[in-house]
Amino acid sequence: MESYVQPVLNGILLGGLYAVIAIGMSTMFGIVKLVNLAHGDLMMLSSFLALSVITWLGLAPLWTLLVIVPVMYFVGFSVQAYLLNRVLGKDMEPPLLVAFGVSVILQNLLLLIYTPDARGLKTGLAVKTIPINKYLSIPVIYLLDFLVGLVVIFALYYFFQKTFMGRAIRAASDDEIAARLMGVNTRNIYARAMGIAMMTAAVAGVLVGMTFTFYPHTGPQYLIIAFGVVVIGGLGSMKGTLAGGLILAVAQLLGAHVFGPGFQLLIGYVALLIVLAVRPQGIFGRI
Amino acid sequence: MAHDLAIRVDSLDVHYKDFQALWNVSLRVKKGEIVSVIGANGSGKSTLLNTISGIFRPTRGSIEYLGKRIDSLPAYQVLGLGISLVPEGRRVFARLTVYENLVMGAYLHRSRFNENNSLAKLYELFPILEERRNQMANTLSGGEQQMLAIARALMSEPELILCDEISLGLAPVIIEDIYRRIEQIHAQGLTIVLVDQDIRRSLEAADYAFVMLEGKVALEGEPASLGEEQVRKAYFGV
Repeated sequence: MESYVQPVLNGILLGGLYAVIAIGMSTMFGIVKLVNLAHGDLMMLSSFLALSVITWLGLAPLWTLLVIVPVMYFVGFSVQAYLLNRVLGKDMEPPLLVAFGVSVILQNLLLLIYTPDARGLKTGLAVKTIPINKYLSIPVIYLLDFLVGLVVIFALYYFFQKTFMGRAIRAASDDEIAARLMGVNTRNIYARAMGIAMMTAAVAGVLVGMTFTFYPHTGPQYLIIAFGVVVIGGLGSMKGTLAGGLILAVAQLLGAHVFGPGFQLLIGYVALLIVLAVRPQGIFGRI
Repeated sequence: MAHDLAIRVDSLDVHYKDFQALWNVSLRVKKGEIVSVIGANGSGKSTLLNTISGIFRPTRGSIEYLGKRIDSLPAYQVLGLGISLVPEGRRVFARLTVYENLVMGAYLHRSRFNENNSLAKLYELFPILEERRNQMANTLSGGEQQMLAIARALMSEPELILCDEISLGLAPVIIEDIYRRIEQIHAQGLTIVLVDQDIRRSLEAADYAFVMLEGKVALEGEPASLGEEQVRKAYFGV
């Protein structure tokens, strides 16, 4: 029995990271009904940017957030304002294709600049553990992922519920025409929302870079994790995203523990299928 | 002359792609008046209000507000000049609270300044909204939602409000209640343009009326001068 505690604990901690990976995509779906296929690649862009900042300035990985988060806000703002807003409101497909195009361009750009080598954001935290007892120990990097993840999600929740701009974004997602009648420049609001979603992707990118190895083409792998999380939790719901992250990660790690490492991904998707069969709208509704 | 005119619409054409919704519409609204625009479904009343608000662009003609051209301005600038629309179907923000809906009405920089003041005034006019201020808007009844939509439009401190289908789907008692508030708001000096299915009540409130038919102005005049026969003819086209 004790042997199950460790994978469950790791799963819960990793779930916090999965939730941050997914929260930006989930938010943008909730607001503009955009399925951002480039979400994973924009995250990888953050990982690589962090790598460059570390190389140039010799900062510890977490400190790069001070640079990467604002940079990614502007990247997100620009992608929405200059690319996605142009095709918005026509159909579902054009924004999907534009996002796919951004994904392909980013992957190849990263490949060109950084070469296809495996990379990591080196940190001493990666090998530290906090021993609890004979059977159980907490990997420090997972704990960090989890805590930072929680902070990001609660900050985002606070932003949407309590701030002036958060309220305007919710209003615009509720009824775009009515929001325009109130004087909201909805296009600008969408661009800012994307900027904020990319701030969360920046945090996710740096955390992932510290926790795992990454390559220029790793983006889609995280996109799929994000999809899994939002499908389990319910698109556009923050509570759901957190719950979805925990469920997916716990299922994966338990599966790996019981059936062997080769089954980690499979069991994650089995959990996804079960949720889809039982509750197709996801566990929670919307924001 | 220009000074007592709030809205001056001249030879307005509006198209939705290939379909022409308004044909050569001209209309005057004097400052401080209640003007009623009536007509059958699809006669172009809502299109007219939406075009004045800057949601649609005219293909021909002009719209002036207090002597200033507004037909090429985006919605938020039209609002900034003091024209507020209560849209058809109310369009309250369903998943925002009543309070949040009202505050959204004061989104413009100029109105944000006076937010608490406007809020207090509107709670006085619509006490039910204060009672329900922390409820989600989609939990309100139809009449309450209509009041919320009107109150939200007033949060920007407009001088002119355009009310689209304010009594649609409401019980007669509620309609009467809403018209009383409209008259109260008018008494505070606002200019009001009403589009409504409840022709009798809307003409009773109005100083001047326009009857629209198939995208054109078929008839206009003071409500008392419009004979019932005449209105019916303009309304149904027979």
